[in-house]
Amino acid sequence: MGKEPVAVVGIGQTKHVAARRDVSIAGLVREAAQAALNDAELTWADIDAVVIGKAPDFFEGVMMPELYLADALGAVGKPMLRVHTAGSVGGSTALVASNLVAGRVHGTVLTLAFEKQSESNAMWGLSLPIPFQQPLLAGAGGFFAPHVRAYMRRTGAPDTVGSLVAYKDRRNALKNPYAHLHEQDITLEKVQASPMLWDPIRYSETCPSSDGACAMILTDRTGAARSPRPPAWMHGGAMRSEPTLFAGKDFVSPQAGKDCAADVYRQAGVTDPRREIDAVEMYVPFSWYEPMWLENLGFAEEGEGWKLTESGVTELDGDLPVNMSGGVLSTNPIGASGMIRFAEAALQVRGQAGEHQIDGARRALGHAYGGGSQFFSMWLVGAEPPTT
Amino acid sequence: MPSGKTSAKPSVMRPVRDIAIVAFGQTDHLRSTDELSEVEMLMPVLHQVLAATGLKTSDIGFTCSGSSDYLAGRAFSFTMALDGVGAWPPISESHVEMDGAWALYEAWTKLLTGEADTALVYSYGKSSPGSVRDVLTRQLDPYYVAPLWPDSVALAALQAQALIDAGDTDEPALAGVASRSRQDASANSHAQLRGSVPQGDYVVRPLRTGDCPPIGDGAAAVILAAGDRARELCERPAWIRGIDHRVEAHSLGVRDLTDSPSSRLAAERAGAFERPVDTAELHAPFTSQEVVLRKALKLGDDVSVNPSGGALAANPMMAAGLIRLGEAAARIHRGESDRALAHATSGPCLQQNLVAVLEGEPS
Repeated sequence: MGKEPVAVVGIGQTKHVAARRDVSIAGLVREAAQAALNDAELTWADIDAVVIGKAPDFFEGVMMPELYLADALGAVGKPMLRVHTAGSVGGSTALVASNLVAGRVHGTVLTLAFEKQSESNAMWGLSLPIPFQQPLLAGAGGFFAPHVRAYMRRTGAPDTVGSLVAYKDRRNALKNPYAHLHEQDITLEKVQASPMLWDPIRYSETCPSSDGACAMILTDRTGAARSPRPPAWMHGGAMRSEPTLFAGKDFVSPQAGKDCAADVYRQAGVTDPRREIDAVEMYVPFSWYEPMWLENLGFAEEGEGWKLTESGVTELDGDLPVNMSGGVLSTNPIGASGMIRFAEAALQVRGQAGEHQIDGARRALGHAYGGGSQFFSMWLVGAEPPTT
Repeated sequence: MPSGKTSAKPSVMRPVRDIAIVAFGQTDHLRSTDELSEVEMLMPVLHQVLAATGLKTSDIGFTCSGSSDYLAGRAFSFTMALDGVGAWPPISESHVEMDGAWALYEAWTKLLTGEADTALVYSYGKSSPGSVRDVLTRQLDPYYVAPLWPDSVALAALQAQALIDAGDTDEPALAGVASRSRQDASANSHAQLRGSVPQGDYVVRPLRTGDCPPIGDGAAAVILAAGDRARELCERPAWIRGIDHRVEAHSLGVRDLTDSPSSRLAAERAGAFERPVDTAELHAPFTSQEVVLRKALKLGDDVSVNPSGGALAANPMMAAGLIRLGEAAARIHRGESDRALAHATSGPCLQQNLVAVLEGEPS
């Protein structure tokens, strides 16, 4: 007996902002979950299980917050799982939820990811010192900047490419009512004039700190048949992990990312991702990761990713739009960021993406990564049910 | 159990695939392991289960772990453990910020999809570097309860007093649970507290030292395999006939602390009540919680409860639940049990509970 097909029939997210002082953590997650239920035209009683994810508990200062959130998410009397795989967690959480449906354990599952960064201080949460272990470098930018520099040296990419990505993503965000940053007066010159933080990464090429939550309702064939709006169908999903640091690790294009994408394409029957995938939501917290991941995910030959970006292929009107929603560069509730990528891919193939909808998007990829470029989770969703 | 469809009598969930626990390993659980990092604590256990099955890391289809950043005192603490697993070439891997019993559940669902035939599950926790009673207060409602710092023993004492007031138990009976557990642990070389341990003074009335679990460090690992693969890897696999978990409301004020409806519901879904079990490994860190669970799970006096000594003999946070599954499976592997129930818990006063039913085939 093969896997049960998995359909996304409800998607909800909060308006992402720097600080949601009007709601508790419970209020925040409830808002996204209720929006997803409304989209699916389901009630709390229709949900069989809840799978929740977020990045480190230190970001809010609550240990295992799923316990306290059980009531707010209607989970009382139901199974509740809490996933944590660093920055990739939002994607991993959706995949764990999809397994419950695919393995025929449950018919309809609510999956949700959140971060309420204003409750605490993410910089502090990442900087607790442990004796005799390598301390995390000053913020994520300090860790990733040398790898961006390595990419530039390796490929000969001109140093203007990063600002093009930031300019594009921030303009895309203007079309997304849920995006955190709405910089109405953004210009390429403003991005390029912003302060250098971790050379070569400028201030406007980094992600914000957001409060926000994203939720999805996943269901089986029977549930999909009842869906009031077109479902997005899962055609493939995978996770891959490799160690943080070791001799021979390729930080520019980690093997785990390549393997993860290859597994997803194999499941989905995709042999030429550049031609067969219509839209990509990838996890780009620092602008240079767009060309880097274009190569890692097989959309461009090694060393060629920046050329796609530079020639406008990844623009909203290009032939491989990337980060239609404005991406992580415009919205970053860390634990939810991966799920937002997965949800945006699903919105696109459902034709529900509003002003940033890509006409005729039939297959879309959602991508997330975490840790020191070591955890990857991805899914490919389509407008049609899978044939195998 | 309030609200919605779940109030109807649940049907037993029949897994679409036969999956078994084929190997189990655990550390000696110790009050303090200052000389060991988490990875160093974990590595021997991983090697133990791999050696028992003859599998290499590269043979494993899926890996899943459980741990807590709050015990480790740093964010992303599980990434260090992953380094120890040997995730190269890259592996298919995931992590729950929960007890390893739930990591096993995630791995079981992955195997049900048919995407993998074997899974490695591990979990670990070091409670010794901090004050675990204080740390666990951070699990509580962050706005209304956690600022008052009610600790885990105080909350368990509320539950114990509610049981005594309801006439479900008394202090001598609780002392009997403690004594039996630690006598049973005499045969468990991994246990932290073994043999005749005095009941001690009150910690928080009505709970005495003997009613509370030891604070300790430890790790555990399990290998799961599906169908014929399980038969190749283990002489007598412990088949997971059913496994389910349920959560209750967080606030103690809206729960009946003398009952565990989530355990009962999980047991029903797992098929625990279809036929009697001969063994039950219960994750009951406090003596009073065994009383609650025995009633909810309808365990008679003929069932061997916690022959390992249970969490009263060794309670490494985040691993103690996985160890219950492992201990139950190991009894089946050894031919000492034919049908066993294993239970894990999370949260204050048994808020969240997992129940698995394990069976060995007739030999």
